[in-house]
Amino acid sequence: MTAVTTSGEMKAGKAPRSLVAPRWLTAYLQATPLLLILGFFFILPILMIIVVSFWDYDFAGLYPDFLTMNYTDTLGSWVTWKTYLNTLKFTVLTWALTLVIGFWVAYFLAFHIRTTTMQMVLFLVCTVPFFTSNIIRMISWIPVLGRNGLVNSALIKLGVIPEPIEWLLYSDFAVVLALVHLNTLFMVTPIFNTLMRIDRSLIEAARDCGANGWQILWNVILPLAKPGMAIGSIFVVTLVMADFSTVQVMSGGQSASVALMMKNQMSLLQYPAAAANAVVLLVVVLLMVAAILRIVDIRKEL
Amino acid sequence: MTTETKSATPAKGISRRSLLKTGAAAVGAIAGSGAITGFPTIWAQNPITLRQFGTGVSNINAIAEKCKEDLGITLEMTATDSDAAAQRAVTQPDSYDIADIEYWIAKKVFPTGVMQPMDVSKIKYYDKIVPLFINGKLKPDSVVAQGTAPHTVGFVDAQDSKAFAKEPTQWMTLIPTIYNADTLGIRPDLVGREISTWADIMDPAFKGKTAILNIPSIGIMDAAMIMEAMGNIKYADKGNMTKDEIDRTIDFLIKAKQDGQFRAFWKSFDESVNLMASGEVVIQSMWSPAVAAVRSKGIACKYQPLKEGYRAWGGGLGLAAHLQGAQLDAAYEYINWYLSGWVGAYLNRQGYYSAAMETAKAHMSEDEWGFWVEGKPAKGDILSPEGKVMEKAGAVRDGGSFEERMGKVACWNSVMDEDRYMVRRWNEFIAA
Repeated sequence: MTAVTTSGEMKAGKAPRSLVAPRWLTAYLQATPLLLILGFFFILPILMIIVVSFWDYDFAGLYPDFLTMNYTDTLGSWVTWKTYLNTLKFTVLTWALTLVIGFWVAYFLAFHIRTTTMQMVLFLVCTVPFFTSNIIRMISWIPVLGRNGLVNSALIKLGVIPEPIEWLLYSDFAVVLALVHLNTLFMVTPIFNTLMRIDRSLIEAARDCGANGWQILWNVILPLAKPGMAIGSIFVVTLVMADFSTVQVMSGGQSASVALMMKNQMSLLQYPAAAANAVVLLVVVLLMVAAILRIVDIRKEL
Repeated sequence: MTTETKSATPAKGISRRSLLKTGAAAVGAIAGSGAITGFPTIWAQNPITLRQFGTGVSNINAIAEKCKEDLGITLEMTATDSDAAAQRAVTQPDSYDIADIEYWIAKKVFPTGVMQPMDVSKIKYYDKIVPLFINGKLKPDSVVAQGTAPHTVGFVDAQDSKAFAKEPTQWMTLIPTIYNADTLGIRPDLVGREISTWADIMDPAFKGKTAILNIPSIGIMDAAMIMEAMGNIKYADKGNMTKDEIDRTIDFLIKAKQDGQFRAFWKSFDESVNLMASGEVVIQSMWSPAVAAVRSKGIACKYQPLKEGYRAWGGGLGLAAHLQGAQLDAAYEYINWYLSGWVGAYLNRQGYYSAAMETAKAHMSEDEWGFWVEGKPAKGDILSPEGKVMEKAGAVRDGGSFEERMGKVACWNSVMDEDRYMVRRWNEFIAA
C-alpha cells in the first residue's frame, strides 16, 4: 500500500475487504473524493483550456468559435519548432545531469552511510536549499557567475584568466546549471527511496557468487533502482519542460522556452494562442512520460 | 493572468512600469507586495466615490489621500499592466469611472465607445495645459513627433463621436496627467567615450555589453531609433511601420543578436537596474526612475541625451461613458483639482512632467523648479516627494530643461496597425 501511495498511482480498485457494503460500492465511495478533486482542479481546467484553444480573439476579448487557426499558427511557425527544440535540449541535458548526480548522491546515502539517523541527517542537509524559494536560489547565481562576479573576479585575481569569462552568465550554460541545481533533489529522493528498499541479502548473494563491486552495481542495484530513476525522471522532465523563469532569468532573456512563449502570449492577452500552445506542450510531455513508463514499468517493479 | 494591485503606492513611482508593462505574475507580486499597506481609507460619511483604474503611473496613494482631504472625494485606485488595462477598459466599462491610460491605449479603446469625451469649457485649467497635448508642438516652431502623439488622439468632433478629430475641438478624450522622455542609460565610467547617438549601442566596442528591453511595443521603437540613427532605413512613421519596415528592423535585430551584440533583454524595471549596477551592460534602454535607482547605489549612471531625440510616453485621465449626474460633476471637479498644481508638483518631483506646468510651479520651491524643470544646477539637496535625497546640491538633470527634453521627442509610444505581425516577428527575434 505504501508503495502505491508514494508513486502517486492511487487506483480505485484497491479497496480493502469490506464487511458491510458490497465491494463495488465501497470501491466507488473510496474513489469519489479523489475523483471530485481531480475533476474540479485538473480535468475541468484542462477541458477549458482545450475549448479555449479553438476560440477567436483580439485585444479586447475572446470569442467562442471553432477555429484551428491557433494550432496552425503555432505548429506552422519555425519559432515554435525552434523553441521546442531548445526546451528539449535543456530538458535532456538537465535530465542526464540530474540523473547521474542524483543517483550517486542517493547511492552514497543508501550504501555508504551506516546509521539510519545519519542517513536522515544527511538527507535533510540535501533539502536545506529548499528552505528558500527557487527564484532566490536561481537569482543567487547571478552575482556568482556575472562578469564581475565571484567566479570571474577570483579567477582573475589568481591570474588564471586575463579577461572575465563571458559565457558563465546569460548563456545556455547558466540555464542548465541553474536547472540542475534546482531539480537534482527531485531525482535524489525517489532513487534514495528505492535504494533503501533493496533487500541487502541480494547484494550479499551477488558477492557470494563472486561478483565484484561494479558487477553488483550494474547487475543488481541499477536494475532495482530503475523505478526510482523513472519517477525522478518524470519529475525533472515535466518541471523543466514547463519552466519559464529559470530560462528567462539565467539566459538574460536571450533564450526562449515553450512556457516563456506562452507567458508572452498571455501578457499580450492572446489566451487562445497560449491555450493551443499549452495543449501541444501537454501532449508532448504526456508522450515523454509515456515513453518513460514504457521503458520502466513502475507498478510492476515496485 | 492580470496582475492587479489595489491602490498601489509605487515608491517614487519606480514600480510604475514594472507594474504595468510586464504583466509577469512574479513581478506583479513583488511590486504588489509593497502595496499591501496602501489600501485607501474608506470614508463612510462621503457618498462620492470614483473608481480609477489604469496603468498605475499616477495611481499614487498620496494623490488619493490629498484628493480626499481637498475635495472629499474618495478615489479607489486599481493598477494593471497596459495590455490588461486596454482589455478591461473595453470589456468591463462599468467597472471603472475614470480610466488612467496611456495615449496609445486610448487609440485602441476610445473608438469602442466605452468612454465619453470631456467638455473643455468645464476644464478650468484647459488653457494651462502644455500645447504638446493640444497641437503636438511644445513651442510654435517644434516639429510634431512620430508615433501615437497625444494630440492625434486627444480630441473628438462631438460629444457622441468616436472618431478622433484632426484639430483641437471642444471635446477632449484624455486629460494628460504624466509623461516623460526616454532615452538610453549609460555607465559613464565604463563606456570610455562620448555617447551621442542611438547608433552607439551597436558599436562593436560594446559587443556583449548592451541590452534592450523585451517589451515588444516599446522595444521596437528603441530598435527603430537605432536603425534610423545608423542610417539603415528611413521610416515614414516609426510608430506605424509597414510590414516591410518591421521585417527589416527585426532582421537587423536578429543579426545583431546572433553576432553577440546584446548581453541580455530585460523585461522588468529591476532587471534593468541590476544589469547596469553589476556592470553586465554599459549601455542599454532604460527608464528614468531606473537610472535614479542605479545612482542611489552610488554607481555612476547617466540618462544620456542623444542627438536623434527621445522616445516619449504619456498618459491621461478619461471618463467612462456611464458617468452622469453628481458623479460626472465630481469627476470634473477631480480633474480640475488634478490640474490645479499640487499633483503636478508631486509628479514633477518624481522626475516626470505634469500637464499644467504653470500651476505646478506655484507648489514647488524655486530650487526644485530650477532643477527639475529648468535644468539648472541644484542649490540644495533635491528630495523625492517622500523626502528621500535624490540628488545632492550641484547636480544637474540629465538632458537639461523641460523644453530641451520634451522639445526633442522623436516619437511617441504607439500602437501599430500591424501590431500582431510585429509581435510575432519580435518573438522570432527573442527565439532566434
